[in-house]
Amino acid sequence: MSTYETLRLIWWLLLALLITGFAVMDGFDLGVAAQLPFVARSDEERRITINSIGPVWEGNQVWFILGGGAAFAAFPLLYAVAFSGLYAAMFLVLLTFIVRPVGFDFRNKLQAPAWRRTWDSLLCGAGIVAALLFGVAVGNLFLGVPFSFDGDLRVTYTGGLLDLVRPFPLLCGLASLAMLLMHGAAYLRVKTEGVVAQRARTVLMTSALALAVLLAVGGLWVGTLQGFLLANPDPAGPSNPLLQSATRSSGAWLHNYGSYPWMMAAPLCAVGGALLAALAAWRRFELPAFLASALAVVGTLFTAGFSLFPFLLPSSTAPSQSLTIWDASSSQHTLAIMVAMVLLFLPVVLLYTAWVFRVLRGKVTAAYLRENDHSLY
Amino acid sequence: MDTLDPVLLSRLQFALTALYHFLFVPLTLGLSFILAIMESVYVMSGREIWRDMTKFWGKLFAINFAMGVATGITMEFQFGTNWAYYSHYVGDIFGVPLALEGLMAFFLESTFVGLFFFGWNKLSRIQHLGVTWLVALGSNLSALWILIANGWMQNPVGAQFNYQTMRMEVTSMADVILNPVAQAKFVHTVSAGYVVGSVFVLAISAFYLLRGRHLAFAKRSLAVAASFGLASAFSVVVLGDESGYLTTQNQKMKLASIEAEWHTTAAPASFTVFGIPDSTTQETHYAVRVPWVLGLIATRSIDQQVLGIDDLVKQADTRIHSGLIAYDALQTLKVSPLDADVQTAFDAHKDDLGYALLLKSIGVDPAKASDADIARAAQHTVPRVATLFWSFRIMVGLGLLFIFMFAFAFWVSATQRFERYTWFLRLCFYALPLPWIATSLGWIVAETGRQPWVIEGILPTQLAASSVSGMQVLSSLIGFVVFYSALAVVDFYLMRRYILMGPEEVLHKKILAPEERRALHGKGART
Repeated sequence: MSTYETLRLIWWLLLALLITGFAVMDGFDLGVAAQLPFVARSDEERRITINSIGPVWEGNQVWFILGGGAAFAAFPLLYAVAFSGLYAAMFLVLLTFIVRPVGFDFRNKLQAPAWRRTWDSLLCGAGIVAALLFGVAVGNLFLGVPFSFDGDLRVTYTGGLLDLVRPFPLLCGLASLAMLLMHGAAYLRVKTEGVVAQRARTVLMTSALALAVLLAVGGLWVGTLQGFLLANPDPAGPSNPLLQSATRSSGAWLHNYGSYPWMMAAPLCAVGGALLAALAAWRRFELPAFLASALAVVGTLFTAGFSLFPFLLPSSTAPSQSLTIWDASSSQHTLAIMVAMVLLFLPVVLLYTAWVFRVLRGKVTAAYLRENDHSLY
Repeated sequence: MDTLDPVLLSRLQFALTALYHFLFVPLTLGLSFILAIMESVYVMSGREIWRDMTKFWGKLFAINFAMGVATGITMEFQFGTNWAYYSHYVGDIFGVPLALEGLMAFFLESTFVGLFFFGWNKLSRIQHLGVTWLVALGSNLSALWILIANGWMQNPVGAQFNYQTMRMEVTSMADVILNPVAQAKFVHTVSAGYVVGSVFVLAISAFYLLRGRHLAFAKRSLAVAASFGLASAFSVVVLGDESGYLTTQNQKMKLASIEAEWHTTAAPASFTVFGIPDSTTQETHYAVRVPWVLGLIATRSIDQQVLGIDDLVKQADTRIHSGLIAYDALQTLKVSPLDADVQTAFDAHKDDLGYALLLKSIGVDPAKASDADIARAAQHTVPRVATLFWSFRIMVGLGLLFIFMFAFAFWVSATQRFERYTWFLRLCFYALPLPWIATSLGWIVAETGRQPWVIEGILPTQLAASSVSGMQVLSSLIGFVVFYSALAVVDFYLMRRYILMGPEEVLHKKILAPEERRALHGKGART
């Protein structure tokens, strides 16, 4: 295996890890926000819920920012085509992410109930819309999106926002929503007690079972989709989508699982994790339910990644010009430097994040809220 | 629909969202250090009033920080949404500092900012102080990486074009990171942020002093702002000069336009303090000039010329001719990439390839360009002279004003003559919006002075945008304007309200100076 090929493989894995990191860490923040009005009715309950993620959501959100930055640095064409092609969808995602910082921070700054209810609705709406959009986006990867390049590698995209709304992506959107609701509820089970934790238990069991069912349906559905296959992969060639060719065939997205049976671990973790999370919630285990939920999140994302591999963004109008890890990456030089940087600094990030979570350990209770009334959200 | 130009709208959207983002960023940069200084005094002296100061200014910091984060997210993704060709063309280089910003800086800042707000009762004093310094460090490191990215747009070192991938690729990451333009810009920009933070604290403290409220609190805050602000204001101007010097090495056209230097004059060039630049007649009316000064600033010598706009246009003309050779070679290489002769021709002229693309950006096919087209494209390299001339002068004038203001505030504070100089306190209060005007004008100088390039000499702005429709960009632009305006109203309202409430009402406690506390609790009581 050449160095360039190895680096591209490592960067596929790193990008997958960063996106998974986002789903595991910020996923529960989005999930908590999405279920805010259901698990918390009174202002005090809502403050408990919001303060359970209050000190950590900001750091968690950086996984999203870093995912974007890393895609830019390691797979510039992916960054360019995905975000310009999905222009309107990306604009909506940005709005949901703009609402969150101000929502969390501004909500408690005034007492008026109407003020607080407004921010609650915005936070909840942002959580639901973001969760749905991420799933719809991933679902569209399986169908391909309409783009092609000219000789200067300038991309033209021929679709709109509504073209993304198709049956399979909608199923993925629902799965994504169920997944983040499950994960948020599992987090609330760990960080809160009393009525909020009780309602979260219901959300957790329902959404975990829903996720397991949606994943199973999705798995069967994928087998019928027109997947993509690379005809002449050139893993060490120049990053130029005009130089390769791809074909489409029914069930091609399951091809990797035949060649590499160990990849089946991902879907098994996804469905198994969801079922375990539901079971743990039923038996009132808190931390195990969260860990099972995290396992389900990791499994779900890697299932998508393994199925699509080595594709990053397939093109429905020009399948041969699809973006893969072999034709859309940065130069070998850049990939090498960025691998070194990530291996050096990501462990540091994980260490101090772990320290912060340790400092903040323990439940957010009504008593804690009253003691620290003026410094909390 | 044809009348909606997606490039123009994308530029407008980027300018508005970037300028809006930079209303909050400099205050974060400055206030985070001021908070760290205040808390350091608290930890060293044990005096509670310094902790109260950290907490109250920290509340205002929180409101501002949320807006900075909210508006920064847009920036991270806007290169992809609106500047797809740019992202492809230079992502190999430009993506790196953006990714490192997340990895090394934004993670640090955002992970610890939660503990800064919520960790007061969960951490020891030293631990909390450490957290505050890490937030300040993180926000400043973040600025470093962003300015390395921006510095590369102004001075694209350490990269060259690869015809196999049709993009720029890194040849030396060290050159990109140690880019002298980026380093000068970094120090200039963060210093400007410290000035913004200092004027903010100074103005609000002056307001409390004028109202006769929270005197002990306000005097101490004012002392911190005056001393930190004075050092920062010097740094902005001195290092602004450094970036002026570097500009002459690399962006000669930007400097000539800032100075409205239409024609090359004998060395040492004089500096135009005032004038009305006129781009049609290419002269500056009513000019007031100071001899020698521009030559000294720009070349650090008395015998080197500062090239005027007319000579720089001639140079551009030459480079377009050279770039056309590279452009023709590239068209051949697209079909037969292994032709050695063509490769040699391409390599000899590829540094000027961007100049051939200027023709494309004014709608001329480079393969069919006439000498008249080339002359027109060369003329196109002149940015908006009057905008640059005036933005620069107002920015520098404000910079000098801040030095005097902080110096005087420092003296008033050191000699405790607050009652005698109420007129000055009033001036400090009304100066509140000025640093934001200065920082915005600074970006306008830096970025409109780079036009017509998005990457100086490499890629014209006109070619860098995504292939999205004007209607799409118009919709997102309207969306951002409406959404951001609503947030601005909310932000302004909350800031004003918290400032009017003052530290005692916000922190729900009586704030006592150390001497008042001693009087209350008897000698020997903890202060």
